[in-house]
Amino acid sequence: MEKPLNNRAWLLVAPVFLIVAFSAIVPIMTVVNYSVQDTFGNNQFFWNGLGWFQELLDPTTELGGRFFDALWRNLLFSAIILAIEVPLGILVALSMPREGWKVAATLVVMALPLLIPWNVVGTIWQVFARADIGLAGWAINALGIDYNYTGDSLAAWITIVVMDVWHWTSLVALLCYAGLKSIPDAYYQAARIDGASRWAVFTTIQLPKMKRVLLIAVLLRFMDSFMIYTEPFVLTGGGPGNATTFLSIDLVKLALGQFDLGKAAAMSLVYNLIVLALCWVFYTVMTNTGAERQQGETPA
Amino acid sequence: MTLELDRVSRTVSGVPYIDDISLKLERGSLNVLLGATLAGKTSLMRLMAGLDAPTSGRVLVDGRDVTGQPVKKRSVAMVYQQFINYPSLSVYENIASPLRVQRLPKAEIAARVSEAARLLKLEPYLERTPLALSGGQQQRTAIARALVKRADLVLLDEPLANLDYKLREELREELPRIFASTGAVFVYATTEPTEALLLGGSTACLMEGRLTQFGPTAQVYRRPGDLATARVFSDPPLNALRANKSGHTVLLDGGAVLPASGVLADAPDGAYTIGVRAHHLEVEDVASAERRSDTGAGGGRLIRLAATVAVTEVTGSESFLHMDMGEQRLTALVPGVRRLEPGAAVEVLIDPDHILLFGADGRRAGRALDAAA
Amino acid sequence: MASITLDGLAHAYRPDPRGPQDYALKEINHVWRQGGAYALLGPSGCGKTTLLNIISGLVVPTRGKILFDGRDVTRLPTEARNIAQVFQFPVVYDTMTVRENLAFPLKNRHMPREAIARRVEEIASRLDMSSVLDRKASNLTADAKQKISLGRGLVREDVAAILFDEPLTVIDPHLKWQLRSTLKELHRALDLTMIYVTHDQTEALTFADTVVVMHDGAVVQTGTPEELFERPAHTFVGHFIGSPGMNVLPAAVEGRTAHVGGVAIGLTRAYPALPAGEKIELGVRPEFATLAPAGTGVPVKVQRVDDIGRARIARIEIGGQPAAALMPEGLSLHGDEAGLTLDPRQIHIYAGGVLVNGEGAL
Repeated sequence: MEKPLNNRAWLLVAPVFLIVAFSAIVPIMTVVNYSVQDTFGNNQFFWNGLGWFQELLDPTTELGGRFFDALWRNLLFSAIILAIEVPLGILVALSMPREGWKVAATLVVMALPLLIPWNVVGTIWQVFARADIGLAGWAINALGIDYNYTGDSLAAWITIVVMDVWHWTSLVALLCYAGLKSIPDAYYQAARIDGASRWAVFTTIQLPKMKRVLLIAVLLRFMDSFMIYTEPFVLTGGGPGNATTFLSIDLVKLALGQFDLGKAAAMSLVYNLIVLALCWVFYTVMTNTGAERQQGETPA
Repeated sequence: MTLELDRVSRTVSGVPYIDDISLKLERGSLNVLLGATLAGKTSLMRLMAGLDAPTSGRVLVDGRDVTGQPVKKRSVAMVYQQFINYPSLSVYENIASPLRVQRLPKAEIAARVSEAARLLKLEPYLERTPLALSGGQQQRTAIARALVKRADLVLLDEPLANLDYKLREELREELPRIFASTGAVFVYATTEPTEALLLGGSTACLMEGRLTQFGPTAQVYRRPGDLATARVFSDPPLNALRANKSGHTVLLDGGAVLPASGVLADAPDGAYTIGVRAHHLEVEDVASAERRSDTGAGGGRLIRLAATVAVTEVTGSESFLHMDMGEQRLTALVPGVRRLEPGAAVEVLIDPDHILLFGADGRRAGRALDAAA
Repeated sequence: MASITLDGLAHAYRPDPRGPQDYALKEINHVWRQGGAYALLGPSGCGKTTLLNIISGLVVPTRGKILFDGRDVTRLPTEARNIAQVFQFPVVYDTMTVRENLAFPLKNRHMPREAIARRVEEIASRLDMSSVLDRKASNLTADAKQKISLGRGLVREDVAAILFDEPLTVIDPHLKWQLRSTLKELHRALDLTMIYVTHDQTEALTFADTVVVMHDGAVVQTGTPEELFERPAHTFVGHFIGSPGMNVLPAAVEGRTAHVGGVAIGLTRAYPALPAGEKIELGVRPEFATLAPAGTGVPVKVQRVDDIGRARIARIEIGGQPAAALMPEGLSLHGDEAGLTLDPRQIHIYAGGVLVNGEGAL
C-alpha cells in the first residue's frame, strides 16, 4: 500500500525538480565550471584545476587577502548588527502596547521600513546622511562633529550599521512581539503574586517564552546581514577605499568589474558553502531546542 | 459501514503511540475510548480518520483495506474538545458549510440543517454567530456540523471536556439518543468513567497505547479483564490491595490476614491484587458502640480491615472517606453524610462477592464465576 | 492569615452602570473567616471569576469595600495583598527546577538563603515532592505542576488566603482525587483561608466547608454541602447541585397535598401563605425518590434506566412531568408502570423559584 503511494508522490514532485534544475542546478554547475578554468576574454578558457581555490584560501595571495578581508568585514558587520538589533528589538517589543487601537497603529509604523525596497533604503540614507545636503549629515556637522561617510571609514561603517538597524530592527521587534503575545495572562498574574520584579518577570517568563522566536530572529538577521549587498552598494559602493567592501560587493567587483570569472566563481562557491554551513548549524540548533521542548511536554 | 483496525501500531521517532491494537466497530454503534491523557485516544482516532497512517497493521472499512488512504477520501466527521466553528458565519451557515462544499441543492441543505438543528436544540439560534452563544451551544453547533455531513464515521475527541459540569450532564444524556438516530459509527474519547457509563454502547479501555479491553460498556465495567482496565474504568480510583494467598488464608501487604472466602477460596495459592471499587466498601466507626452485628445479612462473610481516616469529603448526597491502612490509601464512597474525624479508627467492610481478583500477571482470576453471576 | 470581608461589593464592567442588568456582580456582603475552606460555585458567566479577581486585586470593584482582617485593601495591588493563587492552567517557571520555583517568591522578598532552603524543603515534603526538587519544572506532569503553583503560595508564611481558579480542569480524573485530598489535608494542617472557584459541584462540595452558590451575578445560597443538598433555598441550587439535579415539578398545593399533573403527593407541612401569582413548584431530589413496584406510592411511568455504575437512575414521568428517581437493587419492572415512594421530609415547595417554609411539624 505504501509503495504505489510513494511513486505517485515522485511524479508530482517532478515539475519542481525541473524548475529547480533550471533555476539552481544549471547555474551552479556553470559556476563550478568557471571556477576550475581561467579566461583571457574572447571566450577562450583554460583548465586551471583547483588553482583558484588554493589561491582564495591562502591569505598571503592577492585574491586570498581580499577574500579574507571581506569575510572578516562581513562577520564583524553581522556581529555588530545582531548585538544592536536583538536587544533593541526586544526592548521595542516590550514597550509596544498590548491592546486597543494603539496596537494596529504601532504595527503599521513598525512594518513601514520593512516594506521599502532595499535599493530605496540605500538611496534614502545616501541622501539623508550626506554632509552637504542631507538632513542628518548636515545636522551632525552643524553640531561640530566632523562627519563624512564618503571620506571616513568609521563614519561609513556607522552609517551602514545605523541604516541596517533602522531597516531591520522592526522585524526582530515584531517577531518578539508575537512571542510575547502568546504568553497567557496567568503567568504575569502569578509573577505579581510571587512578588517578582520587572527584571525577574523578563528573565523568568518573557525571555524563556521568547526563546524560539528569538532564535528565528537571530537566524534571519544573521543570514540576511551576511549576504548584505544592495544597501551598502548604493550608499558607499564599498568605499571609502575597501572599508565597506563586503563579500558580495567584492564578488561583483571581481566578476563584473574585472571580469575575473574564474576567481569570482571560486569565491562565490566558497561564499555559498559558508552560508550553507551556517544555515545547517542554525537549523540543527533550532530543531534540537524543538525536540527538547517536545520531550519536556511528554510526561515521564 | 464497519471499521476494523487490524493490529495497528504507530511509532513516532521511536516512541510507541499505538501499540498493536485490533478493534472492530460495527455499523450504527457507539464506541467509547476510555483512557487517561496520553493513553493514545487521540492517536487512535487520527488513525481511524486517516489523518495518520499506521506504522504497521491495516485499517479496513467494510472489509476493504483503506490503510494510507487520505482523510479526504473517507467519509469522516470530527468534533474536538475546543469549540471549532467559523466565527463569522451564522449557526445556520456553520452547520450548512460541509454541505455547501458538497454542492448539494439548496432545498436539501435547508432540510438537513433544520433536522440537525432540531436534534441538537439549536433552532432558536440559527441566525446568531457562534461567539454569541454559550459554550454548550457552540459545541452543539460543532456536533450538528459533524452530523449533517452524514459521514460514516463520526469521531468526537473529549467533546464535553471544556463545558460546564451541568451542561456536560445535559449533553451526555442527549448524545446517545442523537447518535442512535443516525446510522454512523460513533467513536467518543473521554477520560471519565462516568461519561462512558452514561453513554453506554461499547467501551474500549486504553492504557499507554495498548487496548486493554473492548466490549459492551456495562460488561467492561463490571467484569474488567485485567487490573489496567479496572483502574482506568473506576472513579473514584480502584482500591487495590496486594495480597498473597496460601491455603485458607490471605496475607495482605500491610500485614492483615483474611480468610480466603468468595472468589479467593477457589483461587490457587500465589500473589494477587485484590481490587474493590469505592462504593463497595463499607465503613464502620470503631468508636461508635453500635457495630453491625455479624449475624446480619451475610455479615459473617464480610472481610474486615482496620484503617484510620485521613480525609472526609462530603457532597451532601454522599461522602468520600479516604483512609490509610499502613502505606495503602483506601477510598470509600458511602451514601448520605458521614463526617469522620481525621485519625479516627475505622473498620472497612468488604463483601467478598464484590472483589475483583487479579493474578500476578494482571489478568483477572476467577472469571469462571462470571458465568454464574 | 486573615479573615476576608466583602462589604457591599458590586461590580459593573461598564463605566456608567444604570440598572442591575449592567452589573456582572450584584451587591454581596459576606465574611470569610480565617482558616475556612470556601467554594464559589456557579455556571460560567455567573460572576464568580469577577469576584475572585476582586479578591486577588486584579479588578477594582465599582462599589463597596474588601477588607483583609479589617484593613481596607480595595485599592491595593495584587502584590500588596498577601494572597496566592492557583490558576486553571498550571503556571510554572519553565527554566527553573522545582526547588527554584518554590524558592522564587521568597527570593523576591529577600529572605535569607538558609531560611528559604529550610522552608522549601518543608513545603516540598508536605506536597510529596521532595524527590523531584531538582528536576526541571517544565518536564513534569500537569498535576505535579499544579502542586508547584500551590507550593509557591504555601512557602510564603505571610499568605492570608489561597485562591483556586478551577485548578483541576486539566487534571485526569484519577489524579483529581489525589490532588483534592492533598488539598484538603493541607488545609487542615496549615490553617489557611482557601477560596475555590469552580463550576463543578463535586469539586466545590467535597472541598469546601461552606459553599457559595452564584447565579446571574448574585449569591443565591450560602451553606454547608448538606444544607445545599437537603434544603436548596432556590430551585436553581436544587438543579445545579446534585447529579442528576433536583426534580422540580410544577404543582398546585392544597392543605398538605400537592398536585402534580393530576397526581397527589402528600406533604408533611402545610403552606397556607403561598404568594398568589407566583409559579408554585415541588422539589424533590432523585436520592429521596425510590422506585417501587406498581401500586405502591405515587404512580409513575418509567422511560428508561441509566446505569451509572454505583447506582441505577430511572428516568420517569410523574403526572406527565419528567423526573429522575433511584432504581433500587433487585427491583424488576414489568412494562413501564411503577410506583414511587418519596421521603416526605425531603419534599420542598418553591414559589417563584424561592423556597417556602411550611407550617406544621416536620
